[in-house]
Amino acid sequence: MKEKIILRVISKFLIPYILLFGLYVQWHGDFGPGGGFQAGVIFASGFILYGLIFGVSNVRTAVPSAATRILLPLGVLGYGLVGVMGIFKGGNFLDYNVLAAAPTGGQHLGIILIELGVGVTVATAMITIFSTFASRAELQKPRDEER
Amino acid sequence: MIAQHLPILQVVLPLLAAPICMFIRHPRVVWMWAFVTAWLCLPMSVGLLLKVLEQGTIVYNLGGWAAPWGIEYRIDILNSFVLIIVSMIGAIVLPFARRSVEREIPQKRIYLFYTMLLLCLAGLLGMTITGDAFNLFVFLEISSLSTYVLISFGKDRRALTAAYRYLIVGTIGATFYIIGVGLLYMATGSLNIADLAVLIPNIGGNRTVQSGMAFLIIGLALKAALFPMHMWLPNAYTYAPSVVSIFLSATATKVAVYAFIRVVFSIFGDVNILEILPVRNMLMVLAIAAMVIGSAAALYQTDVRRLFAYSSIAQIGYIILGISFDSVTGVTAGVVHLFNHALMKGGLFMVLGLLAYQIGSTKIQDIAGLGERMPLTMAALVIGGLGLIGMPLTAGFISKWYLIQAAIDIGLWPIAFIIVLSSILTVVYVWRIVEVIYFHRPVNPINDIDRAPISMVAPMWILIGATIFFGINTNATLEIAGAAAKALLAGGV
Amino acid sequence: MSLETEFYFPSLGLYWIIIVLMMIGFYIVIAHGNLVKKIVGLNVFQVSVFLLFITMGKVLGGTAPILKEGVSTYSNPLPHVLILTAIVVGVATTALGLALVVRVREAFGTVEEDDICALENDA
Repeated sequence: MKEKIILRVISKFLIPYILLFGLYVQWHGDFGPGGGFQAGVIFASGFILYGLIFGVSNVRTAVPSAATRILLPLGVLGYGLVGVMGIFKGGNFLDYNVLAAAPTGGQHLGIILIELGVGVTVATAMITIFSTFASRAELQKPRDEER
Repeated sequence: MIAQHLPILQVVLPLLAAPICMFIRHPRVVWMWAFVTAWLCLPMSVGLLLKVLEQGTIVYNLGGWAAPWGIEYRIDILNSFVLIIVSMIGAIVLPFARRSVEREIPQKRIYLFYTMLLLCLAGLLGMTITGDAFNLFVFLEISSLSTYVLISFGKDRRALTAAYRYLIVGTIGATFYIIGVGLLYMATGSLNIADLAVLIPNIGGNRTVQSGMAFLIIGLALKAALFPMHMWLPNAYTYAPSVVSIFLSATATKVAVYAFIRVVFSIFGDVNILEILPVRNMLMVLAIAAMVIGSAAALYQTDVRRLFAYSSIAQIGYIILGISFDSVTGVTAGVVHLFNHALMKGGLFMVLGLLAYQIGSTKIQDIAGLGERMPLTMAALVIGGLGLIGMPLTAGFISKWYLIQAAIDIGLWPIAFIIVLSSILTVVYVWRIVEVIYFHRPVNPINDIDRAPISMVAPMWILIGATIFFGINTNATLEIAGAAAKALLAGGV
Repeated sequence: MSLETEFYFPSLGLYWIIIVLMMIGFYIVIAHGNLVKKIVGLNVFQVSVFLLFITMGKVLGGTAPILKEGVSTYSNPLPHVLILTAIVVGVATTALGLALVVRVREAFGTVEEDDICALENDA
């Protein structure tokens, strides 16, 4: 779809704002509606739009599969470690109150960190799902023609 | 500190160990990592059981939020017993897995296999331990999704379609379950199982609650492969990698049955279900159908793995039958059979895994005459088969004995007769294997049977030995199952 | 009174929409032979359940559950949170299901269930 000039220009214009909005939703999770799930999907949708217009290989250059393979489990681990921190600080698993000196501060910190883990995992998972399927299709084409 | 947090560590350890596998990637090291994790889970669940026996139900609030608002992990005798089954099978399967997986799965994908195996373990442990109906759904999906992936690792291309069909059926089951949870939440405003048990008796006649129960039961019956909803099981067990069919046959359906027990006895324990809906009669009919039809279908199989998969359907029938009796003896029989069947099927599928490793096939014509070539392995197969029949001195005898006793106690003679009939069918299909092994000539003589590695033989004999051990020394299992049954029938959690 | 009637009847109607959606999805899963369409049906089926949960979060006269002075009735946020989780599970299921379909297509050369069954029985 690279030859469609309107799509190309508009998407180039939109993508930074999509990513920015994703980040806003991500970091706003402890004060208002927001959080990692939504933010991750919004953030990833920027990359998916990029992939749809400019080709999957470009997404693969922007986010190499080595990076997604590291970030994907890293987000889960981050989530888990915040939970385990609660245990080490004397609370229960996922107890945010004990993370900082004051319970409110702890709640803020806990939510931010947890949502960060969720956001990273969801965003990379979405990008991975998209690029895996899309690049599989490119692999598949020559094989189908052989048939 | 650790003792206090055991309930959560039990789940979080395998859950966090799984993503770490993605970083390690080296096949041997990943196996080591999974092995250590599984063996750490076992003492944890033993510790939990001992603690529960000593001081009663353990309650753990996640994030310090008290139930019913927060998620709580609630462990009673039944829970901790099922935890032991799952983590024990996990711990015994992993030493077996190393060689078997190296042979059946491409080197490059081994780390993914263990990631999924650990996730599946975490999901099953979580399902067992949680006291929150929605949390149970989440863990159900963690274990199911990883199970679909594990099945699709199978070499045969039919493994893919088996995984796909299981995915469709499993998702429908899980969605039914969540509809049920939603309807109960609508009526009560609570997701906590213990809290639901208190709230529901007051509104037992409510139509929403009744349809909620129907959805819960159908959803979990799909996951447990209760008779008319079993169609996904035979293919899934037959074409999955050996290790996966061992692990799944011994744990996955058991945990689903456990969740089933929780719904029937804990959530709806104080309501006389028979007055609202004839659930228990329905279960009894389905269980009997499963026992007879499962065993009969097993007679016609040409692949031993498929044969034992159908036998699993029959054995699930025994467990559900025990539960449907709604008496202490019956439920004891059901719970004991959960444990015993996990041992027997785990052991039998290990024998088949060994066969797949050594002669590369589990077809019935290919094992002809192997009694001479592999006397010990075949002996294990026969002992496991005797356990399925319910011969005295094997674990299977105990559960069937209690089952028949329970049937007679409530005056259902015909059912006792059907149990015996189904056992006779079992004798027939086990005899078919025995005949082929010992009295048939090998069709195409196999000259180069690989030596069985000790890391595979030892776990197999541990499980087969346990079938005999728990058939002779029945105190421990019966006592725990009996206590669990009494607690369940006392109503509530 | 007007508020109550305004909200009550649409919500009952909503249940019918949910049930119709649920049955459409379920029917597609059972009746269609195409593996991709089955997944689509499964999605419709799941979405109907998401709707069921979200409708029960509505509290008559309640606003968005964000603390604010002068507001005493809030909608129930819990069903939304539950459904967020269920949506993620649904996405994972869909992705995995489609991945399996891709593999099935590569192994069998078709995504029609009848053809696959025929090929399976041959083997």
